[in-house]
Amino acid sequence: MDMASRIPFDEMQPQDDAVREIYRVYAAWLKSFPLQQLERKRQEAEVLFRRVGITFNVYGETSGNERLIPFDVIPRLLGSAEWQMLSSGAIQRVKALNLFLDDIYHKQEIIKAGIVPAGILANAQYRPEMYGVDVPGGVYAHIAGVDLVRTGESQFYVLEDNLRTPSGVSYMLENRKMMMRLFPELFRRYSVAPMEHYPQVLMNNLRVVAPHGVQDPVVVLLTPGAYNSAYFEHAFLAQQMGVELVEGQDLFVRNNAVYMRTTEGPKRVDVIYRRLDDDYLDPLVFKPDSMLGVPGLLSVYRNGGVTLANAVGTGVADDKATYIHVPDMIRFYLGEEPILSNVPTYELSKPDDLKYVLEHLAELVVKEVQGSGGYGMLVGPAATKKEIEEFRLRILSAPDNYIAQPTLALSTCPTLVEQGIAPRHVDLRPFVLSGKTVTLVPGALCRVALKEGSLVVNSSQGGGTKDTWVLENA
Amino acid sequence: MLSRTADHLYWMARYIERAENMARVLDVTYNMSLVPNAAQSEAALWEPALQIAGNVDDFEASHDEYTAANVIHYLAMDQNNPSSIFSALRSARENARAVRVALSAETWENINTLWLEFGQFQAADISESGLSEFCDWVKSRSHLFRGVSFGTMLRDDAFRFVRLGTFIERADNTARLLDVKYHLLLPGEEEIGGAVDYYEWSAVLRSVSAFQAYQKIFSDTIEPWRVAELLVLRDDMPRSLHACFDEITPILEQLSGRRSSESRRIAGEMHARLHFGRMEEIFQDGLHEFLEDFVTSNNNLGMEIQRSFLNAPVI
Repeated sequence: MDMASRIPFDEMQPQDDAVREIYRVYAAWLKSFPLQQLERKRQEAEVLFRRVGITFNVYGETSGNERLIPFDVIPRLLGSAEWQMLSSGAIQRVKALNLFLDDIYHKQEIIKAGIVPAGILANAQYRPEMYGVDVPGGVYAHIAGVDLVRTGESQFYVLEDNLRTPSGVSYMLENRKMMMRLFPELFRRYSVAPMEHYPQVLMNNLRVVAPHGVQDPVVVLLTPGAYNSAYFEHAFLAQQMGVELVEGQDLFVRNNAVYMRTTEGPKRVDVIYRRLDDDYLDPLVFKPDSMLGVPGLLSVYRNGGVTLANAVGTGVADDKATYIHVPDMIRFYLGEEPILSNVPTYELSKPDDLKYVLEHLAELVVKEVQGSGGYGMLVGPAATKKEIEEFRLRILSAPDNYIAQPTLALSTCPTLVEQGIAPRHVDLRPFVLSGKTVTLVPGALCRVALKEGSLVVNSSQGGGTKDTWVLENA
Repeated sequence: MLSRTADHLYWMARYIERAENMARVLDVTYNMSLVPNAAQSEAALWEPALQIAGNVDDFEASHDEYTAANVIHYLAMDQNNPSSIFSALRSARENARAVRVALSAETWENINTLWLEFGQFQAADISESGLSEFCDWVKSRSHLFRGVSFGTMLRDDAFRFVRLGTFIERADNTARLLDVKYHLLLPGEEEIGGAVDYYEWSAVLRSVSAFQAYQKIFSDTIEPWRVAELLVLRDDMPRSLHACFDEITPILEQLSGRRSSESRRIAGEMHARLHFGRMEEIFQDGLHEFLEDFVTSNNNLGMEIQRSFLNAPVI
């Protein structure tokens, strides 16, 4: 699998080829639009984002210095047929993952069938506390962020499924608002599918999964607080859905129910869209020193007195060791062939794979099984000899903690950088919503690695974002 | 609404009002320093500004001299002084950020912009020529905050807690300002009605935007007791104690749900004294005593609001 040496596929104009049909109008417009003016638009966007406070905090930096995620004014375009394929593939995946979670916390048939090894029950992300607990509608991952990458005209891969507290949807929505403000004329030329109703779909789903018998559920969004890196998003979504943005200290448990402290006295809470990791939710069950959670929350949850979205224990399904089995899950639970492919993955717990990987470190991407945010990973082709040797030692000390994948030549998209317009690698994160049905709005967060040649798109590592246009009738 | 949200809103408004009042005091003190013979020393001129802010001891602990530059920096920019304009605006913005959901988008953006703009003054040396510009900016930002929140926020409890914070803080500031100035200018120590007196009292009036109002109402020389009447009992003077309690009392009645009868009782009693009080009697018992008592009661009211609404007990 020699994917690294190939020249990356460009979304607008593949190497030595014509401009792709869906980009025809945009490419002509871009060519005629003065670069200086494009740069001015970029600055305008930055001022607006800064004023509205669309920022994120970087851990370890002092307060008041929130950073902007760089926003690129050149959108990524997807044709309706492409989108149709990607969205049905993502929906199929999330359906299977929800069924898998329900199974693994109940009958565990997939283990009995020998498709997923029993070792998964020893995974740190498997929550024995959830065994036998029924969640409303059997929905575990109410919100899933499926990371997709592309390597060719029709080659898409799923990089990972984010099923815990995926973030970024506020940027998807704000980027669209910004693009419509900066380039209204383009929205007249293209028929871009609207996706601004995302918060309504989410709110509707959250109400649907309220505990049994609750007529008019009270929904809240639980945030770790104003210093969390994604605080803007928490505030944004709470505002868009018209629900209270609460911190752990605002909630308390009494008589098998969760209440919030209000100026009018305690008020019962039915559904908690929590943006707090499992470990911090309830100091009585998980990390005892967590000040962010609510003592007793888990006991109410297990008794069905409150719904948590996402459910506790979804981490076992987006773990990189579980990822390998998702195509088989789709076949097992849905009886369908997977629409989207996995990236071929080496499991370093297997001696043969380990041997191969250690011999080819310079070509591969090695990831920690439980890492996220682009931390704890080695990108072989971009690493120095020294970094590779250091990483080799880390792998050897605990091979089970790692997987490896070929370095994909991620597709590129024209991007405004200091030197002008240049191709930069991108990925795509659509947000799949599960309630009564599994749906997604026609749009996604497109992340772009702004450094030349870089494949790491994470905002914590200097990545930026783009608006993604799903074109209707194209 | 969430008690924590109410707490942030209330304090956000208090901090903005506090910054505005600090800017007013700084501005008029600086202007006084330009009047020849206004004070015998820089210390005599600048110490009152610190007394109003209530942190003379803290200043003396960290500074050797009462120079204009020292006091201005301490009151405007000192990050270690919790009641400097810097600290007040930073706290206002932090509180706003914690509850941006409860604010109208315009109100939040206004406070966020305020904080972004503040940077330009931090970098510059404002102690000489830039001070008036800085103080004007703080005042106009505060006016904008009130205008934007008044013009865009839903009239619910969130709005009421914002207003409550504004007027509790303003009443405290006006009372302190008057007390410090009145104390200093008690008749007898200097000849009455001199030019310096005129400038001192017109500065006090200007610091609460009451100079024009005074002229309009009394159209006469500036007399200390009339200034006191204007700032204590007149209900048509927007920064007077009476006007503040004309706002506070109905808000406490309107707050929904569990009522705090104690906070309504304290506010009602204070309001009655301002509404039915007569200046002659206040002077007979001593204006200083009256103001001192007022500041204490206002403080108690603040604590009662804190206890019953903002740190809401579990049951």
